[in-house]
Amino acid sequence: MTEKYYLGIDIGSSSSKAVIIDGDAKIVGEKIINLGTGSRGPAEVILGAFEQAGITEVSKTVATGYGRIQFKDADKQMTEISCHAKGVKHLVPTAQTVIDIGGQDAKVIRIAPDGKVDNFVMNDKCAAGTGRFLEVMARVLDVKISELSDLAEKGQSGVTISSTCTVFAESETISQLSGGSKIEDIALGSHKSIAEKIVGLAGRVGLVDDIVMSGGVALNASVVKAVEEATGHKIIRVPDPQGAGALGAALYARDLDK
Amino acid sequence: MEANMTSKEMLNSLLAAHYENAEKAHEEGKLVAWCTSISPQELLETMGIYAVYPENHAAAIGARKQAPDFINYSESNGYSVDLCSYARVNLAYMDILQSEAGNIPKPDLIWCCSNICNTVLKWYEDIAKELDIPMIVFDTPFNHSYEVTDQNVQYIKGQLLEAIDKLEEITGKKFDYDKFHEIMDISRETSIWWKKASLTARAKPSPLDGFELFNYMATIVCMRGTKEGRDLYKLWYEELTEKAEKGLGPWKANKETGIIPEEKYRVMWDGIACWPYLGVTYKTLKKYGINMVTSTYPDSWYIVYETGDLDGMAKCYSSNYVNRSLDFGINNVVNIVNDFSLDGIVFHSNRSCKLMDFRQFEVQRQVEARTGVPSIIFDGDQTDPRAFNEAQFETRVQALVEMMEARKGK
Repeated sequence: MTEKYYLGIDIGSSSSKAVIIDGDAKIVGEKIINLGTGSRGPAEVILGAFEQAGITEVSKTVATGYGRIQFKDADKQMTEISCHAKGVKHLVPTAQTVIDIGGQDAKVIRIAPDGKVDNFVMNDKCAAGTGRFLEVMARVLDVKISELSDLAEKGQSGVTISSTCTVFAESETISQLSGGSKIEDIALGSHKSIAEKIVGLAGRVGLVDDIVMSGGVALNASVVKAVEEATGHKIIRVPDPQGAGALGAALYARDLDK
Repeated sequence: MEANMTSKEMLNSLLAAHYENAEKAHEEGKLVAWCTSISPQELLETMGIYAVYPENHAAAIGARKQAPDFINYSESNGYSVDLCSYARVNLAYMDILQSEAGNIPKPDLIWCCSNICNTVLKWYEDIAKELDIPMIVFDTPFNHSYEVTDQNVQYIKGQLLEAIDKLEEITGKKFDYDKFHEIMDISRETSIWWKKASLTARAKPSPLDGFELFNYMATIVCMRGTKEGRDLYKLWYEELTEKAEKGLGPWKANKETGIIPEEKYRVMWDGIACWPYLGVTYKTLKKYGINMVTSTYPDSWYIVYETGDLDGMAKCYSSNYVNRSLDFGINNVVNIVNDFSLDGIVFHSNRSCKLMDFRQFEVQRQVEARTGVPSIIFDGDQTDPRAFNEAQFETRVQALVEMMEARKGK
């Protein structure tokens, strides 16, 4: 009998992620591209994941993320809420809470013992506390988004970005810059601002250890640290936080065959 | 009404007549009052003053996707985007007096009861001042105690009696108590049939597609004190009961496939409808087999008291759930969850309605703790289309389905 494979694709607002697993849930192919729904991103990550896995077909596919509805080749479409919970629970079996911050939303998810979603809260229709907020900050500070974390590590506390609206926060940052604040300090201030927003969300579902951070923003170690400080909880960061949703989708695809 | 009409045909015909008759009354020199949605219309009906309802009218404008024209007009006139969108629509309509959703004539009188909202006073005061017309206010203080206190009952009753004096003064006519009692009878019967129709949704599957509550609500607001309104809800109840007896669910067979969609999940809708996206919200829920079987609407117009009992009347008008304590609000939703065998709750975080949003998170938290039923909150607005996003709504709905599945252990 030939080995069966399962594809999970997470088509987000600003990136596409594909993960292929085998029947033992081992990752055999993975690709992430920073192009989201409506772009060539989804097709490219699938191709990339297939190439890496060295296979040409999968048994089942589950799509997640904002682009899931438009992705017609999936056997099932599921929300990124369930997929992140599933992916994280697989990677960290002791996880009870997931903080997932993606390109356009932030969520705090409570996981049931079976890996399913017990409850969740999401940010309101607003970019505050999301990856988009960091993109705006990086642009104003004239750095790459991947450089924000190291920059903030060198920063001193004191600069606060208090506006909840990303557009307002942008103006606030510009006036901080023109007022002579250091970009390191502003970067740190922006990360603390995200952390505060997470505290507000988390209060509604409760933070229960172990807490895992997933989603693209978790790539930023300084944000993770800021969330730890703001919540007073230790935060576990999975090695590949961006791919956790796609992994969860692949695991759900595998469940479809059971 | 013609014989053999369905309740739906009757509803549409009554609504059309409601707007036509309002114009006619105005042209004939009869007084027209602009009224809040759950106000003591019995007094106006008795006096032959034609009651129209700006909230209802704004909702109709919203459902016709015409709200942006009015909202932009108001905002450019200086009204803040943070104000209720019904108010922004209506304060523009007051000038424009023309809409595709039907027209209500300029008012001669403002009739404002604060039971549905305590900021509505400012909106209505604005109209009264701009148009220089009398305003009659029914101040129904928020009930911090669980039940409406006798003190509040007496305070509101005093206002009802004073309103009668004012109406006599404005119209120059004596208040006809026999007519008043007759209108009380009709209003009570209409309320009872409305509630009975909505309760048919307790059957599994529900014969009622809950979005119909949003459609049929128009006449419970506008025509509660009329025989036509009463007959409509009685007929609707009979139709739904017949459906339930046959075991029929909420939906008809798909025209292409011939398959009848199954009612897989039963939820309630908390808050006002998202009128500009009525179709979108309906279809998204239905796509996942979700029937919104009920909401907080059925009880809102269940205004039932004995004829002639002004104390009872005062108490009823103070008893609307948004005017009641947090504990009442929670118990109310818990009872709905149990009574209608619900699988989930959809909370509309309505940008316009600070009053309803204020305690929503806490109601959600406590209801979930007591019932174990999952719920979602989505952002939207009753009439301003800018505050809603279809994809974000669907993600939340699908997540609700995933949680309902997980809890059902399907």
